[in-house]
Amino acid sequence: MGIYAIRLPDVGEGIAEAELTEWHVKPGDIVKEDDVLAAVMTDKAAVEVPSSVEGKVVELGGEIGDMLAIGSVLVRIEVDGDGNEDASAPEASKPTPAPKEDKPEPKPEPQAKAAEPARPLVKTSKPVARAKNTKPLAAPSVRARAREEGVDLRQVPGSGPGGRISHADLENWIASGGIQQGSVTRGKNTGVEEVRVVGMRRKIAEKMAISKRQIPHITIVEEIEMDALEDLRAALNRKYKDQRPKLTLLPFLMRAIVEAVREQPELNARYDDDEGIIYRHGGVHVGIATQTPNGLNVPVVHHAESGSLWDNASELTRLAEAARDGSIKRDELMGGTITITSLGALGAIATTPIINHPEVAIVGVNKLQMRPVWDGQQFQPCKMMNISCSFDHRVIDGWDAAVFVQKLKLLLETPAMLFVEG
Amino acid sequence: MTDIKCKVLVIGAGPGGYVCAIRAGQLGLDTVVVDEARAGGTCLNIGCIPSKAMIHAADEFYKMTHAASGPLGISASAPTIDLKQTVAWKDGIVERLTGGVGGLLHKAGVKMVSGRARFVDGKTVVVKGADGDTQIRADYIVIATGSAPVELPFLPFGGAVMSSTEALSLTEVPKSLAVVGGGYIGLELGTVFAKLGSKVTIVEAEDRILPLYDKALTRPVHKRLEELGVTVMTGTKAQSHEASVLTTDAGDVEAERVLVTVGRRARTQGIGIDELSLTMNGPFIRIDKMCQTSMRGIYAIGDVTGEPMLAHRAMAQGEMVAEYLAGHSVEWDKRAIPAVCFTDPEIVTCGALPGENDGTKSAEFPFIANGRAMTTERDDGFIRVVWREADNAVVGLQGVGAGISELSAAFSLAIEMGACLEDIAATVHAHPTQSEGLQEACLKALGHALHI
Repeated sequence: MGIYAIRLPDVGEGIAEAELTEWHVKPGDIVKEDDVLAAVMTDKAAVEVPSSVEGKVVELGGEIGDMLAIGSVLVRIEVDGDGNEDASAPEASKPTPAPKEDKPEPKPEPQAKAAEPARPLVKTSKPVARAKNTKPLAAPSVRARAREEGVDLRQVPGSGPGGRISHADLENWIASGGIQQGSVTRGKNTGVEEVRVVGMRRKIAEKMAISKRQIPHITIVEEIEMDALEDLRAALNRKYKDQRPKLTLLPFLMRAIVEAVREQPELNARYDDDEGIIYRHGGVHVGIATQTPNGLNVPVVHHAESGSLWDNASELTRLAEAARDGSIKRDELMGGTITITSLGALGAIATTPIINHPEVAIVGVNKLQMRPVWDGQQFQPCKMMNISCSFDHRVIDGWDAAVFVQKLKLLLETPAMLFVEG
Repeated sequence: MTDIKCKVLVIGAGPGGYVCAIRAGQLGLDTVVVDEARAGGTCLNIGCIPSKAMIHAADEFYKMTHAASGPLGISASAPTIDLKQTVAWKDGIVERLTGGVGGLLHKAGVKMVSGRARFVDGKTVVVKGADGDTQIRADYIVIATGSAPVELPFLPFGGAVMSSTEALSLTEVPKSLAVVGGGYIGLELGTVFAKLGSKVTIVEAEDRILPLYDKALTRPVHKRLEELGVTVMTGTKAQSHEASVLTTDAGDVEAERVLVTVGRRARTQGIGIDELSLTMNGPFIRIDKMCQTSMRGIYAIGDVTGEPMLAHRAMAQGEMVAEYLAGHSVEWDKRAIPAVCFTDPEIVTCGALPGENDGTKSAEFPFIANGRAMTTERDDGFIRVVWREADNAVVGLQGVGAGISELSAAFSLAIEMGACLEDIAATVHAHPTQSEGLQEACLKALGHALHI
């Protein structure tokens, strides 16, 4: 029986001490070769220190949080056969001399490697013995690769003559989770490109600024169970396949808005804030925020209240295409009384839509996704979708806004009500 | 004033600047390069290339004039040289190369602006050109203004006192030439004129020529200079020149012309670098391992950043900076930069010299034991390897010998690839070549040289 002292290995060039952050063993534990004993943290990286011997832990070299000098005793292990120090005289953790000077001569390293070829290369805290201030031996392409990967080559054991690091050595080191120093030296791009805000972009900018400056927004987000509507939509699309335009969610939403504003005409309106007059429109002219190559456009489906689902659907498709290819007419972009904004699958879970001034309300559609819903007994998978609606708080009170959103929710969750005359 | 905006502005189209600009252009960065002269800088126009042309011409002439006295059984009637024609031929080469660089810049999409650049601020430069001023605003500016010959106050350039620039364009061989400064430029050009028939005297203030190299490397050169009839005065200070006489503290020297080659200074004046308050490193601009100066967005490469003032160092820096600016992961991690003296014989050094680092040893293989060297009548010189005792890594390679400059590639490749003595020793080297000396030096270091 002997005592084997495992010392804190050199975990990186120029580091004199490391903080003990974790013990993986305690006195009395039996450890095998390569079992992790402890983790230490340097200002560069966290490093796990494995055992190089098999035996019983008899003494720990410090408490978590202690700063340990490189080379000081980390753990003492009772081993079969001779240890590397006299068991009868365990040196009290006396400070070990400076790290580098007492390192073993670099020469024995290749031989030690050769003797135990099957050893995993990494986790090893076995210091790669290299003379102080010498750069690791490696071809320029290996060095470049290491830079790309953020690997400090000084820590990579090399298998070549003189410890030269090959591509394979670097591969092994990375594959086995070698320490990445995060010191990738990529150039900082401090360039600034000037882009003049002109044309459509400037229009959008002005419009947005007016909306946001003039209108105190209130936004309400509500979730809607969409299974019933989705079933209906799928059934209608199946039934009229090839005969009628395919229905998306939007014509249903337009229908719901038409129904909802029937009871709340103050929401289907244009507020002339200079004159101090709100124009409540009989017709429901639904603007549809549409992304075009030049930026945001809002074509308007006029008189959505008079069109069928399919009329509105085909009008919507026509307008969207015209907006995208630039053939849209000026009056098709004007006269909206309420707007829908939908980003489809990009619709996130909530948005804060900006009202299309001088309108007073905007309905934002968030993405549809399967979510678990508690039905009283258990969670049920439901097709859920949020809507985020903003209102002009100067002329719409929170109460009215909430009533409108709840009405939309009711109509969309019980789609039959969309088509039942009230 | 014309206004230009670009991503990368390179000031100076020398080897550092033009390489940086070409690489930046290749990487799709909007790049402008400014120079007051033709592209190519000192190197192509008045340095490396023209001096090599003149060295070649002088060698050829010398061979012919001395063929009859050699052992080869050749006799020739007295050859003559029309230096005017030689210089015209040399100018033709320079023309071809600088034109080529212009073409490469163009191909890489780099805009060339002709004139003298001056910093307005850290992002703006005004170029005074023949066709008016151009203001250039750039995200990144690379200073590659190079270096210029140092002038001695008591031997101002002009008249009979020349810098290397004038010496390369002399159309007549001076009867006598004093070279003040025994560094590599002075020795290269001094040798040229000695071979062309001038009576050449080298006046060096230090106690030996090529004071930056060790004695073993310079000894064959010194010996050869003596063979060429060159007088070498070391530990001697030049004082003044008048009426074909150079006065020194060791007596008068006959000198129809005087060539002053006492070093090169960084070109940092007159371009407004002072106002930027860049941190300096003595007379040079201080840079980090990405060649960045103390001011963000401003980089410096080449001679203006100090020693070693070598075109290939500037080129490598220029390439690296361009890639860095394009967002590549790069840094200056070169293990060695080879340096060549095109003296006779040539000297190549790469990496550490003997004794420069602790724990290193060195071994030499002399060309006197090399068959190829004998067949070219040049068995002077040797190849030397410096290695680290701990792991046999080759950390330095030097050599002196006729035509050894071409071996510099083997030297730098070995060191850059991290070769050990065993690697070079185990590499088959073609016979009969001088390069066998490299393998033999390594074998000797390992204790089993075969041919010595």
